Amino acid sequence: MSTTSIPAPRTGYSRHKSTRSKFEMFAWLFMRISGVVLVILIFGHLFVNLWVGDGVQAIDFGFVAGKWASPFWQIWDLLMLWLAMLHGTNGLRTIIMDYSEKPSTRMALQVILYIAAVIVIVLGTLVIFTFDPCPAGADPSVLAEFCKA
Amino acid sequence: MSTDTTPAEPASKIDLPDHVAGDAGSIPSFDCTFRIARFDPEQDSEPHWEEYNVTMYGTDRVLDALHKIKWEIDGSLSFRRSCAHGVCGSDAMRINGRNRLACKTLLKDLDTSKPIIVEAIKGLPLEKDMIVDMEPFFQSYREIMPFLITSGHEPTRERLQSAEQRQAFDDTTKCILCAACTSSCPVFWTDGQYFGPAAIVNAHRFIFDSRDEGGDMRLEVLNDKEGVWRCRTTFNCTEACPRGIEVTKAIAEVKQAILQRAF
Ligand code: HEM
Ligand code: SF4
Ligand code: FES
Repeated sequence: MSTTSIPAPRTGYSRHKSTRSKFEMFAWLFMRISGVVLVILIFGHLFVNLWVGDGVQAIDFGFVAGKWASPFWQIWDLLMLWLAMLHGTNGLRTIIMDYSEKPSTRMALQVILYIAAVIVIVLGTLVIFTFDPCPAGADPSVLAEFCKA
Repeated sequence: MSTDTTPAEPASKIDLPDHVAGDAGSIPSFDCTFRIARFDPEQDSEPHWEEYNVTMYGTDRVLDALHKIKWEIDGSLSFRRSCAHGVCGSDAMRINGRNRLACKTLLKDLDTSKPIIVEAIKGLPLEKDMIVDMEPFFQSYREIMPFLITSGHEPTRERLQSAEQRQAFDDTTKCILCAACTSSCPVFWTDGQYFGPAAIVNAHRFIFDSRDEGGDMRLEVLNDKEGVWRCRTTFNCTEACPRGIEVTKAIAEVKQAILQRAF
């Protein structure tokens, strides 16, 4: 045997301390509940936009303006935006947890993810509520019917 | 003195048809190659592949081949085994990419025209060849308190249980703690922090036992960041379990029990 130094004892296996938090349970529940609601919202959205009436051909600035003039579609789209974004963000958080091994990588990816999510949610919400269906000085041919009144 | 004229009894009283009796007793033998991931911690920094050619028989299992290699070709090959009959849970290893018990995997069920690939199970610290450090596995097993918890005085007779009550956790009593499930789980591979299917299976065994009173404590333990919610229903564990336990279903039942307690 060579006289190399005695190898350092293997660092003992250490489990994270228990968190005693119900966050993961609620996140898990939220994925299932938002998933079910999203099925209705997304297929309703696709049906109304792409199928009913003239279907895809009907989509233009006026069509979108017309929909967002109604509180019903404002709420519908707002719900879809928030649920899909939170659902998608939490899904990606799960994937980051499953695949990144270094805590620093984990942290960096999560920071990017949350910043992106906040930007999209805030911008999207602003668009839905501050949208002007009849901008002054626009070409009247693209505007919704009710703008001409 | 009279001579016995009756003909001698045949060796067998049953007349076997030729196609059965023809080669009776001879077991087909075949040559096969084993590609084994060898790791010697004193020399290697990474496991490397070695090939071994052995002549085996139709009744042999992967464990018999490993024995043959160890006893006749290379005595330094290291693996754990004890019972050799699928009871002790010592010899879980990755055979052709799937976690199985070497002692329950018959060679005739594998494709012997190609090399049979044998590696240590993944996600646990490798010590030598097929031997891994099982401590992380047993640590999470201990954390779920795998023993009967009761209150009050010990009864003077058995703790009775109906057949239905017993049925609720029958499946999860079969676990032999081989770690085939936990070491097949991609969530466990990442950082080894997830409790893992085996710990949840053994918690299930007591949570759903009508005689046990520690269910709430165990559900609390498994409602952790690294508990049941990390399960992604990949079903690798159910496929890996050599005891045929419906592992993913047991995990789902524990999830449900936690939700029922919370709401
Ligand atoms: C159409 C209705 C939808 C349903 C029913 C649904 C359902 C689910 C469920 C149950 C999970 C959890 C899976 C698990 O825990 O293993 C999940 C994960 C996920 N969802 Fe959805 N979802 C829907 C729409 C969406 C949308 C619109 C997005 C994108 C914004 C999305 C992105 C994700 C991501 C990134 C994950 C994580 C991937 C994974 O767990 O493998 N989902 N979904
Ligand atoms: S549940 Fe099955 S695979 Fe997992 S440790 Fe127990 S016997 Fe092995
Ligand atoms: S040696 Fe005991 S289970 Fe295989």
